[in-house]
Amino acid sequence: MAKGRFVLSFPPSLVGEPLTYTLVKNYNIITNIHRAKITPEEEGRLVVEMTGELEPAIRYLEEKGVKVEPIAREILVEEEICVHCGACVGVCFSRALSLNTETFEIKFDREKCTLCEFCLKACPVNAISSKF
Amino acid sequence: MKSEKKLSTITLSPHLSPLTRKGCDLMAKTFSEINKKIKKGNAVVLTAEEVIKMADTEGISKVAEKVDVVTTGTFGPMCSSGAFLNFGHSDPPVKMSEVLLNDVPAYGALAAVDAYIGVPAISRTKGMDYGGAHVIEDLINGKEIKLVASSSGTNCYPGKYVETYFTLNDLNQAYLYNPRNAYQNYSCATNSSSKTLFTYMGILMPNLSNATYCSAGQLSPLLKDPYLQTIGIGTRIFLGGATGYVAWEGTQYNTKRKRTEKGIPTGSAATLALVGDLKEMSSDYLRACVMYKYGVSMFVGIGIPIPVLNEEIARTVCIKDSEIYTDIIDYSVPSLSKPVLGKVNYEELRSGTIEINGKKVPTASMSSYKKAREISHILKEWIVEKKFTLTRPVAPLPVEREFKSLKIITREEVKING
Repeated sequence: MAKGRFVLSFPPSLVGEPLTYTLVKNYNIITNIHRAKITPEEEGRLVVEMTGELEPAIRYLEEKGVKVEPIAREILVEEEICVHCGACVGVCFSRALSLNTETFEIKFDREKCTLCEFCLKACPVNAISSKF
Repeated sequence: MKSEKKLSTITLSPHLSPLTRKGCDLMAKTFSEINKKIKKGNAVVLTAEEVIKMADTEGISKVAEKVDVVTTGTFGPMCSSGAFLNFGHSDPPVKMSEVLLNDVPAYGALAAVDAYIGVPAISRTKGMDYGGAHVIEDLINGKEIKLVASSSGTNCYPGKYVETYFTLNDLNQAYLYNPRNAYQNYSCATNSSSKTLFTYMGILMPNLSNATYCSAGQLSPLLKDPYLQTIGIGTRIFLGGATGYVAWEGTQYNTKRKRTEKGIPTGSAATLALVGDLKEMSSDYLRACVMYKYGVSMFVGIGIPIPVLNEEIARTVCIKDSEIYTDIIDYSVPSLSKPVLGKVNYEELRSGTIEINGKKVPTASMSSYKKAREISHILKEWIVEKKFTLTRPVAPLPVEREFKSLKIITREEVKING
């Protein structure tokens, strides 16, 4: 079983389609939606972690007109700017951001990041950005 | 007889200044004795973390005997900060009443080209994204600041408007004057409501989903000398990467807070007003920050040396995170008095999870322990390298001070009371 995180972008015409349902039902994909944003007249965007046979699932999405982009790295913590206060840790529910209890430095574990982007707001010195 | 004398030190009220107690304690040292050792290069200087380790293995008596100075540090957002600036006169001179620095209003009702830029002031064009703290940080970093100043004009100051650019070097004086810094402990914040709160204690997620705290704990200056026996007006300190001084008691200074057996107040208590030359400071230890949907603040790096004058001070400098407790406050109640949900110590807070009402709650620090540690080491280095000596306070800080709240009364009530 493969696992990956993707940004799915789809045109307004597809907003009514139960894409996630189809992925689960027909393609046996385990989905974990991290973020979803659909605004009228705009592109819809879904950040989703998918586990299963990814190839046919992605083919299905692309045939439907969905742009599928794998996520490489998106949340960036800039070492030069970070003061290691820990404000970001309090809003990070995936525990991707943590404070090392020896060095008291911020650690960022990309694997755990769900891209909620709360840390961007919580960071008092603007050290966190998103490449999303 | 000797042992009697020693006992009397222990039974003395902690409120009495040790400055008057020389001779009571067998191991007592004075500021000048410690300074002589610093100048000779044989003073024993440890950071607050190092002295805690020493006490664990050798005991408090050995600390009192061997250690001369303990260095502390803190690096947290301290909103009640700002800087006095003097621009020099333009020709024709202008009495600068309305002052804007990079579009951020500064207080100009001083004579005539003085201004005070407060950290939380926000930009007229950029709002909360840029404020007084950013002006101060930009100044430190040598950036050009736009000055726009105006007034109605007088015979002695005929000019009415001036617009120019300046850097920190162009100013006659630029000194940080922070009315309230170095809080002696601070409560832990959480939120029991169903809505997210945006506070100076960071983002508090609903339903007790996180708790934030803001103290360097065992490294924090005023927790290492809980009765302020060695820190007073005139104490030389580390401030923003340079040397600074304790100017006065800080605003909202409070001696009435409940204390633990070890003498540690379990919430915000004493504070300090600090002063120092902005021209010598570094943005490594003075950093502008924005608390989302709350406003602009500034991380201020402070380090205070504690002279180990006697055994009692040796005991307090060795107080560790597990012995420093603070109240957990529910910030969801929008009134002055907020409910206390429990007590927690800094060892528990730093572990990453605490328990509130039986629920495991992740914690987050608002102040940087890493930077606090760094500052305690820098101050130690300064003292060891003979660049920094200790100052005996010119006057002690208040032993009794109540933190009063504001009464709202009508004109009629004024008459009745009067």
